[in-house]
Amino acid sequence: MAKRIDVSGLSAYYGSHKAIDDISMTIEPRTVTAFIGPSGCGKSTFLRTLNRMHEVTPGGRVEGKVLLDDEDLYGAGVDPVSVRREVGMVFQRPNPFPTMSIFDNVAAGLRLNGNYRKNELNDIVEKSLKGANLWNEVKDRLNKPGSGLSGGQQQRLCIARAIAVEPKVLLMDEPCSALDPISTLAIEDLIGELKERFTIVIVTHNMQQAARVSDRTAFFNLAAVGQPGKLIEIDDTERIFSNPSVQATEDYISGRFG
Amino acid sequence: MDISTHTPTAPPPSPRPGQAENRTVRGATRPGDRIFLGLSRGSGIALLLIMASIAVFLTYRAFKVLPEDTGNFFTTFEWNTNVTPPDFGIAVLVFGTVVSSIIAMALAVPVAVGIALFLTHYAPRRLSGPIAYVIDLLAAVPSIVYGLWGALILVPNLDGLYGWLDDYLGWTGIFDWQGGAPRSLLTVGILLAIMILPIITNVSREVFRQVPRMHEEAALALGATRWEVVRMSVLPFGRSGVISASMLGLGRALGETIAVATVLSPTFEIKASLLDPGGGTFAQNIASKFGEATEQGRDALIASGLVLFVITLLVNGAARLIIARRAEYSGANA
Amino acid sequence: MSTTLTSKHRSTLRGGHLPKWSPLAIIAGSVAAGLGISAAAGLHSSIQWALIAAVVFVVATYGIAAKVEGRRQAKDRIATSLIWVAFLLAVIPLASLVWETVKRGVKVFDVYFLTHSMGVVADTEPGGGIYHAIIGTLEQVGLASLIAVPIGVLTAIYLVEYGKGKLAKAITFFVDVMTGIPSIVAGLFILSFWILILDMGYSGFAGSLALSILMMPVVVRSTEEMLKLVPNELREASLALGVPKWRTILKVVLPTSIGGITTGVMLAVARITGETAPMLLLVWGTNFINNNPFEGPQASLPLYIYQQYANSSGANAAYDRAWAAALALIAFVMILNLVARGIARWKAPSQH
Repeated sequence: MAKRIDVSGLSAYYGSHKAIDDISMTIEPRTVTAFIGPSGCGKSTFLRTLNRMHEVTPGGRVEGKVLLDDEDLYGAGVDPVSVRREVGMVFQRPNPFPTMSIFDNVAAGLRLNGNYRKNELNDIVEKSLKGANLWNEVKDRLNKPGSGLSGGQQQRLCIARAIAVEPKVLLMDEPCSALDPISTLAIEDLIGELKERFTIVIVTHNMQQAARVSDRTAFFNLAAVGQPGKLIEIDDTERIFSNPSVQATEDYISGRFG
Repeated sequence: MDISTHTPTAPPPSPRPGQAENRTVRGATRPGDRIFLGLSRGSGIALLLIMASIAVFLTYRAFKVLPEDTGNFFTTFEWNTNVTPPDFGIAVLVFGTVVSSIIAMALAVPVAVGIALFLTHYAPRRLSGPIAYVIDLLAAVPSIVYGLWGALILVPNLDGLYGWLDDYLGWTGIFDWQGGAPRSLLTVGILLAIMILPIITNVSREVFRQVPRMHEEAALALGATRWEVVRMSVLPFGRSGVISASMLGLGRALGETIAVATVLSPTFEIKASLLDPGGGTFAQNIASKFGEATEQGRDALIASGLVLFVITLLVNGAARLIIARRAEYSGANA
Repeated sequence: MSTTLTSKHRSTLRGGHLPKWSPLAIIAGSVAAGLGISAAAGLHSSIQWALIAAVVFVVATYGIAAKVEGRRQAKDRIATSLIWVAFLLAVIPLASLVWETVKRGVKVFDVYFLTHSMGVVADTEPGGGIYHAIIGTLEQVGLASLIAVPIGVLTAIYLVEYGKGKLAKAITFFVDVMTGIPSIVAGLFILSFWILILDMGYSGFAGSLALSILMMPVVVRSTEEMLKLVPNELREASLALGVPKWRTILKVVLPTSIGGITTGVMLAVARITGETAPMLLLVWGTNFINNNPFEGPQASLPLYIYQQYANSSGANAAYDRAWAAALALIAFVMILNLVARGIARWKAPSQH
């Protein structure tokens, strides 16, 4: 089910401020791609252009192309709502719907399309929670509010919610930055399992994490504060961390700045 | 309040009052502190005393006349207070106040929520700022102006609506219209709705604006349309806020005097039809009957005012409770 | 699935889409339908065709959108249009209110109107003005503010700077309750206490007492909000210099929040200026100039409007005066509001 992402000449703006400049890259299906780079380099902004969430921000605007397999997400007549069903997203802070139960949270995306029988819904919710390695912890309290879970559990609930609608691509925006080390490990393990089924793109501040979970790594940087962020290089993770082709990448990875 | 009150002032080892005058700066300022604290605490206590005396004096005057009442205060359909012995009851006023307020709420709440959503989630950003500002200003328009407008502009324009309601819904009895001037409880309800619209809109808008961005993005990222985002994230978050906003509006509608008095042509009876002139509300009745009331009549009006006072206290108390519950609720999820 | 079946992909991302102008087209169509149906059925009310047009619009939007874009999009469009309708529905009466007041108000609104009383003019005759009512309102509101502002501000200071424990909690609660007191009830209270029990006569001051009750909670609330915005560091800095608490409040806390407090007071003044009900019970109203708020009936602007409307038995001259006075009242209240908000924006503590 996973799809390839092909970005060409993509720039994103907040009002008149250019946040990222002319980015092109290809992301293969069933791989994990990590975005790394210093704060403000536009990696999260770029991630949000991949499911048209960037334009939700007031003043947000995008130029360029993002092909999902062969279809441009920004083409004429494309409905951003359908794009976001194909390209799921997990956010930095866990954000389960506070008024909904665990079950309803997972079923939320499915119910938008209506017309699921109770049994079907039960099956998909169970499958998604299992897929998010959360089933065993919550199977006895599916009707309790999702906000009662721990931070790590909430984040896995959000992952379950995102994968329940069977997206083609899963975007993760620093999914572990609000979590403790054990929960982080649980999510990292989960990412390894999920890449069998989805194309995964993850933004992370943690270089060890990028090295552990990803197949490919893209390094972003910006010339100076206020300048737009740029893609410096993208390559196999191993190469980026052992022998990057650009000096700035090596400086960043070895901790010389950022 | 808590944030700023707990300023650690570390009281200095307090000098005995007698010695204080002989000391330097610190001793000399202590009376200043005491006077200032006394003044501000006194003001707070004065406020409490005013509240208490409102209840006490209204009750006192009310019970001067209530024992004289030959009718039943709660069930009599009469307001003959200038004769001895008086014969009066508030049944008609309860009915009129409740019915007109229900109409006002039924009309105003959905529209106000709609406008609040319009301003926070639908209108172009350039529009929504100025519109919110104007609606804010409209909340300040005095009720007498609404009353004048209601009596001279709204009433003459309601014939069409009344005729239409009579034609198609007249069979229910509630919307039966004999063709009199549309100065009825329905008109009062419509006017009250227009009057409380700005306040409910403003409070709801504030609540909707506070919906955490991440809840909305959660829905968006699942492929929700704008309306689905509103339904999944905005309305559940804003529900209790909208309820308390509505209660605020209800409090206003219940106590509105002068606008009702200008628009309604009152009679002291309960009519099945909302379209025929007649009925009355607590506040309107006080304003209309006051001019010709004897002292006994005034006490009777004060008695009805006491009931209105209690009703508005209950409504406002309920609103307060809901707001307090909401604070707990959002705290648990922070 | 990952092959390039373009047609298949189209169905997932694209779907049907109505052109941008379609809502406008449907609006135009439904207005035409509303007018047409009304004309055909011989209905003349403007409310009527608007209602019909609204119904036609909703049905048409849903039908067309469901067909082209699918049910979810159709629901979204219905919600969008209902929300627009809610907005427009509210705009009509509110705009009419402002428009009619201005239009009808300017008829007799001139310098003469502002500078003459009704002393020699019968209610049904043209002429006369609102001078006596302006005097009354200014004096009553001024006196009310003199009572309510110190008590309100001091109470707020108590709640924010000193208050803990039961007393503060009780005050907070009853300030909220007090906010909800209907103005007529405040009027009845002063009536029972000041006029019936203490046997004072009707006067502007009696009205001021009622107005001050309505004003106090508003002042407390807004002042409280403003004091809470003053950063604690400022207080601590001052206290650490050995400045006593009361001087800290007077010299540091209040000056920092004075802009916001002024705004709150002005909004409260604007609110009580328009109160009619208590004036009806306590000030009584008169057609003559009475400069003394402590003795004898006075006029007041809102009361003047009501009495011109109610006592005129439908005379146009009286209605014209009522509208003109309403215009004066609205203008006064709006100017107060605008200036208050201007101050709030200018002095906003968040701007630091």
